[in-house]
Amino acid sequence: MSQLKYALFTGCTAKQSTPELLSSTLAVADKLGIEITILEEASCCGASHLQDFDAFLAHVLNARNICYAEKLGLTMITICNTCQLNSALTKHALDSDPLLKARINEKLAEVGLEYKGSSEIKHFLYVLIDEYGLDKIQEKVVTPLSKFNIAPFYGCHNIRPSELHESSNGHENPYAPTSLDRLIVALEGKPVDYQSKNKCCGFHVELQANHTSEILAGNALVDAIDNKADMMVTPCPLCHLKMDTYQDSIGELMGRDIEIPVLHMPQMVALALGATEEEIGLKYHVSKAKSIYSNAKAL
Amino acid sequence: MKFNNETRKVTIKAFRFNAETDYLPYIKQYELEVGKDDLVLDLMNRIKWEHDGSFSYRRSCRHGICGACGIKVNGKPVLACKQNAIELLDMFDNDITLEPQSKKRVIKDMIIDKKDFWEKHAKVKPYVVANVESHPTKETKQSIEAFDALLNSDLCIQCGNCHYACPSLEANPDFLGPAALNAAYRFSIDTRDNASEERLKLTSKPNIGVWDCVKCFECAQACPKDINPIEKITKLHNMQFEYGIAERNIATKHAEGFVRSMKKHGFLDEADIVVYSEGYLGMYKHLKTAYKMMKAGKIHFTDGLPFVDNVPKSKNLSEIQKLIKISQTNKL
Repeated sequence: MSQLKYALFTGCTAKQSTPELLSSTLAVADKLGIEITILEEASCCGASHLQDFDAFLAHVLNARNICYAEKLGLTMITICNTCQLNSALTKHALDSDPLLKARINEKLAEVGLEYKGSSEIKHFLYVLIDEYGLDKIQEKVVTPLSKFNIAPFYGCHNIRPSELHESSNGHENPYAPTSLDRLIVALEGKPVDYQSKNKCCGFHVELQANHTSEILAGNALVDAIDNKADMMVTPCPLCHLKMDTYQDSIGELMGRDIEIPVLHMPQMVALALGATEEEIGLKYHVSKAKSIYSNAKAL
Repeated sequence: MKFNNETRKVTIKAFRFNAETDYLPYIKQYELEVGKDDLVLDLMNRIKWEHDGSFSYRRSCRHGICGACGIKVNGKPVLACKQNAIELLDMFDNDITLEPQSKKRVIKDMIIDKKDFWEKHAKVKPYVVANVESHPTKETKQSIEAFDALLNSDLCIQCGNCHYACPSLEANPDFLGPAALNAAYRFSIDTRDNASEERLKLTSKPNIGVWDCVKCFECAQACPKDINPIEKITKLHNMQFEYGIAERNIATKHAEGFVRSMKKHGFLDEADIVVYSEGYLGMYKHLKTAYKMMKAGKIHFTDGLPFVDNVPKSKNLSEIQKLIKISQTNKL
């Protein structure tokens, strides 16, 4: 297999509140021999909120990000579902509307850039599964996750709207997604089957509709716990933030104790592939997660 | 008896509940032979006509236009008269359960009480508000552009699939939901309509309007007419700013605050967006979380104090600043 090379759009959280997401992603790439160039020029994707304020500006800035992947001639990969969604929405809008593309390129020309539409955009989860291959990952497992019941939490923006994502997410069924489950099995963990795996975590209305946000996150957390999950795993750092950080207040609202580690997808893979404790970065979690590392290593 | 290759013998499960007589709902199984052209509606008809006459569901046009037969199958909202059954069986490994759109609203089996749907729909005035002469002498013509601006929002058949797929609405019964908001867009963008401002004000209200949308895209996935309601919700967000109707509150500052951050850093300043959206007085409720995040290193002291511009900056930041300057179209 020739070496896989990608341009990584980190997004904001991996550079700030979830440094463990970036370090574990790079550790996984290193273990698998995937070459990654970080797009240091990239900005925020707008996270669906800039899009609410100024849709045109959001397209301009996302197109600029994609330009830098195009310059490298690489597929742009994301490690956040919402980055994936907003980058893909801009790509789709520009590739299907020549007039909009021309209007955006008029702006980009002012800074010497041009959006061509030549780079694909893919979440790292689907790079691992569809381009690297689960069988090859399985061969590289040094710390099998066989002790753990792991609840996959897919996150909305990788699976819906399916029409937008199907070319980059292996035609995942939004009502019965399987990619994370299959990844867990490849790492020899036990996937937990539960209703909430493809539901919304409520992150995006955390500030303006906190009650809604906490109920949605609470439903998913409780569902995972009730189905005997030892941990949850998600490809989206926003789902991680919502469900890892607010377990106290969500527990109060739900009327019961909630305590469960919520891992980033690359942290789980890094753990199984034998990355260092520092790279996996479990210490950055608000809910207790650190013991997972020693538990996984213990015979 | 030899089966045709094109038919498949399967066990179909159906949710059964009669609100007048049953204490709890139950699942009943039916052995059916499914052909390649069978629709979910054909399966329901066969259950009723050949197995159990008491099985109840709504149906009328059988042409995907009356919106009566919306149900869920394995959590997927479908219009029974439009959804091919084999396609569904393939999607779910031949194991499907017919369910009502909303279990808590069931009257009997697939039939639910859609009162909340119709009430919310009515709230947005889903019609053109205009002074029309009782005996007009000429047509009120619409241009192609004016029609295109509707973005197929007028294809809604009020089936309720998006409404009952919306998790925000389940958590907050006051939220108008995707179908009503789609209708609000449909009539607010209509050049003949005089109530756009009224609708935009209503749909900008906290707790009931567009700012309660959780951005899960369940509505886009649920719509049997491919309307993409969340696209119209985003349009309503944008129109609030375009029409100067948006008030300064947590939600609008949160949306606009992204520009403020990106101008300074390229990236979002995660701590600043909370402070800016909430205001210093509103910050007290986040102190406990902020403390925990700081303790875990989620808010960190990499190169300065949190909340004081210690965010990593994008390379070539000046490009981002210039693009914002020349491309920003809306203001708060």
